[in-house]
Amino acid sequence: MSDTPLLSVRDLHTSFPLRSSVLRRTVGHIQAVAGVSFDVMPGGTLGLVGESGSGKSTVARTIVGLEQARSGSIVFDGEELTSLPKASMRRVRRQLQMIFQDPYASLNPRATVEQIITEAWEIHPDVVPRNRHHAEARELLERVGLNPDHARRYPHQFSGGQRQRIGIARALALRPKLVICDEAVSALDVSVQAQVLNLLADLRSDLGLAYLFIAHDLSVVRHISDQVAVMYLGRIVETAPQEELFTRPIHPYTQALLSAVPDPKPWTRPPREQIIIGGDVPSPADPPSGCRFRTRCWKAEDVCATTEPALEIRLDQHPAACHFAADLAGAGR
Amino acid sequence: MTATDDPTVIPAGQSPAAALLDVRDLRVEFSTSAGPVTAVDGASFEVRPGETVALLGESGSGKSVTAQAILGIVPKPAGRVTGGSIEYAGRDLLAPGTAGSLRGREIAMVFQDPLSSLNPVFRVGAQIGEMFRKHRGASRKQARAEALDLMRRVGIPAAEKRLDDYPHQFSGGMRQRVMIAMALALSPKLLIADEPTTALDVTVQAQIMQLLARLQAEEGMSLVLITHDLGVVADVADRVVMMYAGRVVETGPIREVYDHSAHPYTAGLMGSVPVIDGPRQRLTPIQGSPPDLLHLPSGCSFRPRCQYAGTICAEQEPPLLPAPGRMPGHQSACHHADQVLSQGAPHV
Repeated sequence: MSDTPLLSVRDLHTSFPLRSSVLRRTVGHIQAVAGVSFDVMPGGTLGLVGESGSGKSTVARTIVGLEQARSGSIVFDGEELTSLPKASMRRVRRQLQMIFQDPYASLNPRATVEQIITEAWEIHPDVVPRNRHHAEARELLERVGLNPDHARRYPHQFSGGQRQRIGIARALALRPKLVICDEAVSALDVSVQAQVLNLLADLRSDLGLAYLFIAHDLSVVRHISDQVAVMYLGRIVETAPQEELFTRPIHPYTQALLSAVPDPKPWTRPPREQIIIGGDVPSPADPPSGCRFRTRCWKAEDVCATTEPALEIRLDQHPAACHFAADLAGAGR
Repeated sequence: MTATDDPTVIPAGQSPAAALLDVRDLRVEFSTSAGPVTAVDGASFEVRPGETVALLGESGSGKSVTAQAILGIVPKPAGRVTGGSIEYAGRDLLAPGTAGSLRGREIAMVFQDPLSSLNPVFRVGAQIGEMFRKHRGASRKQARAEALDLMRRVGIPAAEKRLDDYPHQFSGGMRQRVMIAMALALSPKLLIADEPTTALDVTVQAQIMQLLARLQAEEGMSLVLITHDLGVVADVADRVVMMYAGRVVETGPIREVYDHSAHPYTAGLMGSVPVIDGPRQRLTPIQGSPPDLLHLPSGCSFRPRCQYAGTICAEQEPPLLPAPGRMPGHQSACHHADQVLSQGAPHV
């Protein structure tokens, strides 16, 4: 692993216009991503975790160009993506692939599996020469644990887990350096989810892939990531190496999130302090002033309403965006 | 086999008559364009008063259809109960009209998606109050007061202000609280919750599970939690009923089943769940795909995915029998239960 990040996101803002119901005039903005910065190292896995409305999927969509960044920088493999012309973006996107949550919705139902995989090579003919398409597609299918003899089948002839494997094969077809997994295992049954997680781990070590792994399930994120960033209402509230984040969470939101994760065997561990936070995530159209978590936080004081806490290291810990990070360190479980 | 034949089914001190809900050999079939499908294939279990039972399983396990059968709401005409019995407090729930007359009063249900279960054009307070007006003949004013009281009990903040809001003005978690309030309106003795937290964020999920556990204790009602998530129920369930391809494959006290799984499917699920603490280990998934109900194998349905499968598994459907050498009430439907037990559950 080199020291230069493969993907470097700085102060990223992405917003959606909020329109009036009749005249469709823009009456405001939903700040889905409000100043997010992180790095993904070559061969590394950054887990981006958050609940609905946290903006984690918008981060992914902005990186691959499905949404337009309002400001900030996205440097991938040495190139600034936010100002890249469309033609160059196509070249860069080869190295930057995405796997989606719903494998069925993201696969063309009228194309065979082989067509789905080789389509990318039609667009980028230099990756695999045409006379090698069939052989290479079979190889890829085998690689992701599918029967190569099923290359002529259609997506509906596969189960959910197998379809996700097709999605993975398609993402790998262009030999990317970074794969963004957006809730890639969330829709799968537990028994199949474990198969796909193992496959993703194997591909990472065999092919030297890096992942930006976006999920709401903390256990899954812990399992696959080496670095974790926790998002809340468009901002990263805490980031740390996986083990550090899960054993010594600092931010009250991270602590609450961890304590809310269902434990299949609560009786095998010492009773943990259960922090149940009240209320719901506020609307990103009208986020609270100061710290965005303060409306649900049991540590909130006056300063939290007036001053936004920066994501920074306080007292020799890892970065957390909380005014009281120094006191909270070690207060978790 | 009935519970009386097998003394190990009922823990000491409780007679079989203690069951509030008794499901025996339930069979539910659906006709589909691809042919008939047996969604529930001889499922048996019981729920005792004040007990919380988790009905666990993945897609196609038949857990939700089982709940529909209990409530008499199996979608018609595609689906119908073709065998077995369901008794609630000694009454035959499969007899015409019985389930309908008990539904809402004695047996209530909470669904996964509260938005599609609430009427979008009526105010929430009125929808909750409707239960009292319809079933108890309450006046408009009484119903409103009862609705307010219920909304407070299920932890809806500023309940008096929210009585006149519409469902779309509530968040997902608050809507689920409204659904729970409606379910509790007539003080049911049995509450069936079908994936009540699946659509919710994890912090809200924790709130709802805590609420259900508190209400269950306060009301002394029986609670059936239907879920695919092994972890969600671990804190609250007394017993689990594990389903696979329409059959009960393992049942027993929750710690007993999780710690000493006697069916390879349960053991496999335990090995598939990533955990939030302890050492990170490679997961040990179950091989293959979830069952295709149109093409189930002979004998044991789990056989194509099972590492223990032998010739007997193809020839004979394994009956649900006491797990060898384990606690009373722990049963497994596996020809090789002794082997599964001696292997021990994988990590977790």
